[in-house]
Amino acid sequence: MADSKAQSVAFVRKTPIPQAPPPISEAGPLAWIRTNLFSGVFNSILTIIAFYVVIRFVMGVFPWFYNGVWDASSIRECKDKLDGLTGGCFAVLADRWDHLLFGFSYPPEGYWRIVLSFVLLMVAAAPLLFANLPRKMLYFTGFFPFLAYWLIWGGSIWVSMTLLAIIIATGFIYRLVAIQIDVEMRKIVAMGIGAICGVGLAYLLYLGASELSFIAGSIGTEGIVALIANKAFWAASIFTYVFFIPMGIFIGYAIYNSYEDGGLVSVVAALLFFGVAISYLVGPIWMGVNFILPIELEAVASRDMGGFMLNMVLGTVCVSLSIPLGIVLALGRQSDMPLIKGVCVVFIEFIRGVPLITLLFVANVMLAYFLPPSSNFDLILRVIIMITMFSAAYIAEVIRGGLAALPKGQYEAADSLGLNYNQATQLIILPQALKISIPGIVNVAVGLFKDTTLVSIISMFDLVGMIRGPIQNSTEWISVYWEVYGFGALLFFVVCYSISQYSQWLERQLATDHR
Amino acid sequence: MKKSVFFGALTVAGLMAGASAAATLDDVKARGSLNCGVTTGVPGFAEPDADGVWKGFDVAVCRAVAAAVLGDGSAVTFVPTTGKTRFTALASGEIDMLARNTTWTFSRDVDLKFEFVGVNYYDGQGFMVPAELGVSSATELDGATVCIQTGTTTELNLADFFRSNGMSYEPVPIETGAEAVQQFTAGACDVYTTDRSALAAQRANFDTPSDYVVLPEIVSKEPLGPLVRHGDNEWGDIVRWTLNALITAEELGVTAANAGDIAGSSNNPEVKRLLGAEGSLGEMLGLDAEWAKRAIMVEGNYGEVFENNIGEGTQIALPRGVNAKWTDGGLIYSPPFR
Repeated sequence: MADSKAQSVAFVRKTPIPQAPPPISEAGPLAWIRTNLFSGVFNSILTIIAFYVVIRFVMGVFPWFYNGVWDASSIRECKDKLDGLTGGCFAVLADRWDHLLFGFSYPPEGYWRIVLSFVLLMVAAAPLLFANLPRKMLYFTGFFPFLAYWLIWGGSIWVSMTLLAIIIATGFIYRLVAIQIDVEMRKIVAMGIGAICGVGLAYLLYLGASELSFIAGSIGTEGIVALIANKAFWAASIFTYVFFIPMGIFIGYAIYNSYEDGGLVSVVAALLFFGVAISYLVGPIWMGVNFILPIELEAVASRDMGGFMLNMVLGTVCVSLSIPLGIVLALGRQSDMPLIKGVCVVFIEFIRGVPLITLLFVANVMLAYFLPPSSNFDLILRVIIMITMFSAAYIAEVIRGGLAALPKGQYEAADSLGLNYNQATQLIILPQALKISIPGIVNVAVGLFKDTTLVSIISMFDLVGMIRGPIQNSTEWISVYWEVYGFGALLFFVVCYSISQYSQWLERQLATDHR
Repeated sequence: MKKSVFFGALTVAGLMAGASAAATLDDVKARGSLNCGVTTGVPGFAEPDADGVWKGFDVAVCRAVAAAVLGDGSAVTFVPTTGKTRFTALASGEIDMLARNTTWTFSRDVDLKFEFVGVNYYDGQGFMVPAELGVSSATELDGATVCIQTGTTTELNLADFFRSNGMSYEPVPIETGAEAVQQFTAGACDVYTTDRSALAAQRANFDTPSDYVVLPEIVSKEPLGPLVRHGDNEWGDIVRWTLNALITAEELGVTAANAGDIAGSSNNPEVKRLLGAEGSLGEMLGLDAEWAKRAIMVEGNYGEVFENNIGEGTQIALPRGVNAKWTDGGLIYSPPFR
């Protein structure tokens, strides 16, 4: 066959023709421009308008950057240097760099402490963010908050170390009572704890009842509101008087009665220990250790925190606290127990119904009315509590969405495997629900981070407060505007964009479905 | 159940807070520092400098009081307050005194239960307009858009002024002075109104100050001064007479430089009484004899404080005007030290 073909055909090509370049209208930059920018009349018009806008924008903004003055000591000197040209006065950033980042009252020789905390934050956050890092790094993550507190606020290292030790000891006590001792032993412990708690609660209620009657007496009965309040307080007082002993006995007995499985008694024992240790042990221990081995940094008051650091501290602390709290609230809202469900629903709906600004005002000014003047309930702590509560309520709703998105079969499968509630939640429900909730949680986290600038309203000098207050109102930099706000926007953009990029990467990592 | 205990405790704590307000002097001495409320920043009046040290005309009052009470003009914890938080901060006891260019008004004095101890700057609300608008009097501003800071007395004065002249206006609410300047120079409003001291300070820093004019009308009285809580008259006396000591020192020619030795060399008995070389004025206040001397030596007498912070030698460049001492035809006047 082959022979005959060779004879019947005059020429047979043995090698392929070299590939010709595609026609110029189908490849290369010209084709790209045609398909992407000028593929039709309408798109061509849009392209031309867009080009015009971009060029005008660049023409406007470029000289502002190009002529920008980086070296001047006041806005007048800056304007002299510009001499009528359009140009930004970036010297304000150089002059007030430290203030923008760290606030104006943080001691300058302590800036390294904040920088170090920031670097360590990256190290501590890494194992949480990237699952392929060694799990042992999580020990450092647990240790980091205490270290960072010491670095930023200063004072003796033993304050936070004592706190850490007490928290670890509390964990051990929980394990001891819950797992390690046998039932006979636990029965004795439960008897003791139950007696303490029963008597203690009865005593507290007794105090509360007398307090209520005192308030009722001091309200008086003038006017309808006062009259109603008076009656209400009397009723509450009498109610408490009647029930303080039964309540004490009931709670005490409930604790004692839990000795067989050890759930309630171990939690109560651990909490009791924690409360006592925080109240009575922290002070003596850290002072004692510090006397022997003083490791101290210059103490910095909360009022002296400021700049972008304050935003970072508030953002980091509040996000990391509000996610666990949000999970608990979301699970609580799905609970079958009406009391727990009720508390969670009321909390979430109340917080979501109130603007964050209002909560911050309460934290700043209203609490000061209630607390005695000598008590120094830290302002940053108050703000952290309020922002955490606020974002936890939102995160709870996001996670509830994730929980609701799980097919009912998942819950039933967990039950059919014989898993109890804790196991099912930890192993089956939450991993899936949280994965679904990632975009929502990140959304709340980014929003929360930007919301930390609201503290400038209650006269804390965070980045925005710093710009609006001391910088724009200083004699040197009076009314400087775009440069400082632009810088602030840049800082926030860098952080928020990184968070968003991470979350998209995480979603791809966790994508186990086949879409 | 535990909530009721908590609530009860809060109420009792609140009652105690009211009761313990009567001993501010003891609190300050025990604390070792004066909690003084200031603004978050007003050029020349209160601003942290590049090193983070507060300085300014209002700040000087805080430092003088701290020097009189504690012997150290730097023993002050400055608590920045906004227009919205200043009164609650003072009423709740978070700060011992407020020196935050606050206008002395009837309702603040009586209804909010504060005690204004004097006036350290007589201000008045004015209007600034672009020169090209061709307006020479505020009565020609019918229908204008006005940039106005919210939550201040200037907002109310503006409404009063336009209503009494039968004119209408459109307010453009703004939050800070810097924002106002930005809006005003960008043309977002025809008129910018605030205290004339602030207008002058901001106009001095415009690109071309001559393009803007401050209209002659002064539509309100804004006596700015430090204030304390009702109910602690001893503390109020200390703040009041520290301010008066600065004013009297200017009248008598006592300055930061000579306050240390003029008591010995001067023949004027009032100088001797003021500086504690004669009489027992300090003792009556519950302080030592040299309280006023220390207060004056921090930043000088009233005139020196004025010149160094907002006077014509500074960038703020405010003339003394009505804030000259009474012998020069101004309103700054102190009762006698005797």
